[in-house]
Amino acid sequence: MAQVKDVVHHIRSKNAGPYWVTFDLFFDGEASFEKYATSPKLGPDTFARLYGADPAFVKSYPVPNLHMVKISYARTSPQGGEVERDMHCGQQYVRLLDVELD
Amino acid sequence: MGDTIKIIVPCGSLGAGVRPEEVEYGIAQGAHAIASDAGSTDSGAAYLALGISKNNREAVKRDLTILMLAQAKARIPIMIGSCGQAGGDAGLNWTRDIALEIAREHNLTPKIALLYSEQDKATLRAKNAEGKIKPLPPLGALDDATIDSCAHIVAAMGPEPYIAALQAGADIVLGGRTTDTAVLSCYALMKGAHTAASWHAAKVAECGAQCSVYPTRGSGVLISIDSEGFNVEPLNPDNRCDPHSVSAHMLYENANPFLLTEPGGVLDVTNSVYTALDSRTVRVTGSVWDKKPYTMKLEGAAAGRFQTIMLVGIQDPAILSRIDEFHDNMLAALNQRVRSAIGDAAGDFHISLRLYGWNAVSGDKPAPGTPPPREVGILFVATAATQAMATQIAKACNPYFFHFPINLEKEIPSHGFAFSPADIERGPVYEFKLNHVVEVSDPMELVRLDWIDLKLSEAA
Repeated sequence: MAQVKDVVHHIRSKNAGPYWVTFDLFFDGEASFEKYATSPKLGPDTFARLYGADPAFVKSYPVPNLHMVKISYARTSPQGGEVERDMHCGQQYVRLLDVELD
Repeated sequence: MGDTIKIIVPCGSLGAGVRPEEVEYGIAQGAHAIASDAGSTDSGAAYLALGISKNNREAVKRDLTILMLAQAKARIPIMIGSCGQAGGDAGLNWTRDIALEIAREHNLTPKIALLYSEQDKATLRAKNAEGKIKPLPPLGALDDATIDSCAHIVAAMGPEPYIAALQAGADIVLGGRTTDTAVLSCYALMKGAHTAASWHAAKVAECGAQCSVYPTRGSGVLISIDSEGFNVEPLNPDNRCDPHSVSAHMLYENANPFLLTEPGGVLDVTNSVYTALDSRTVRVTGSVWDKKPYTMKLEGAAAGRFQTIMLVGIQDPAILSRIDEFHDNMLAALNQRVRSAIGDAAGDFHISLRLYGWNAVSGDKPAPGTPPPREVGILFVATAATQAMATQIAKACNPYFFHFPINLEKEIPSHGFAFSPADIERGPVYEFKLNHVVEVSDPMELVRLDWIDLKLSEAA
């Protein structure tokens, strides 16, 4: 039973302008990249469940030469707004670590 | 291969810490220009709404002094984009005054171009009425009320205004809001270097040494753009770039790793090839520029409602072992307290409790069985229509927030007060209001170009 934290050597999250959040998942090798980069477990449903994201605004971009996938979603509350808890979204990746991939 | 254009990018953002020996190294390599941005939207809407910089004035002055002295000595131009963090007129004028102070102190006489890109609301309302303003996802169509609600609105410039200033003889170009890449690519584009390579080199260099293998070893990079591609190397000889460090930077702060939309086109790096030229230099070829109708991205910021905060620390194990229950009970009690103490006058208020040490960042309930921490800090945040009301709400909540028990029948505790007075007025919450582009017929249409020629003033 692999979780995200078992198959990446680096993972990070960051704001991409004021309206998007982006996650970079660098897999620990080609095999993990091939197996998990486009897994539905890293799809819109997971981002809706963990972050309240609108599934229509979840985008996934595998980057084969870096064995990584970039996943971005539209922010659900304004950057720096009344309920802000993570201005630069730098800690948002943590909730992905335990996601079960298979 | 044609003429190679070499640009020193001395740091990720003006004020971040330029190293004079790195600038000297770049000049010794034959650099033709120095370029850096001085800000971005990254740190939130407050800087645009207030017209202030995140950076300390002395840090910006120190960096700009190094660059201006190098400019005067090497006779190569400096281009600075997004002056004063957000690139509004106030930020540009703040940077202009620093530059003039430096010139005075060091007897420098540069010809300075100022590119203003803050927008007049009437102009934007007219553009909107003509259907020239289009939304970017996830926002929808723009209404005039949103334009009017903004404190300041800027349009992100492309390279053309910089090119106009350079062609008119500017030694220093200080720009308002500009795309990070436009300020770094403008000189190479003006000289006819490969278009896509100029933009891609600028994207790679936008954060200075962050595209290197050791981002903390040095501040800047040198980009060399020719008729087919570009090279990038760190300005610190002890640092290095490799194909992974350079290609991975394309991912940074960008929702799409392959496409970058800019004024007048889209950079496509899907088929870019990254090759190690030597132990510290990477060559990039194969990037594509897809020309599009010219648009500028609009950024608008406004102050919203007001917040007042309080803070306590809690170490009581009885509370910590039932921390989620404690949070929910306290939050309900505080809301009830405001309704009973202030009533309808409180308006549409909002209270949140952020449990630092437990779940402050996510706000989620941790998984069952998660062990309690040794202590938590609880940040109380009241939001209301006015600062006075946010503070009245905090004052009404004060006794409950500082003494709320886990067992209602026991003696009330005192949680760990951090400050006196307990309530801290935070001011308004600032938000970005626009995520739209405006179509323009000419890249200068929404830009104003002013000059300060210190050579002339000296002659006079």
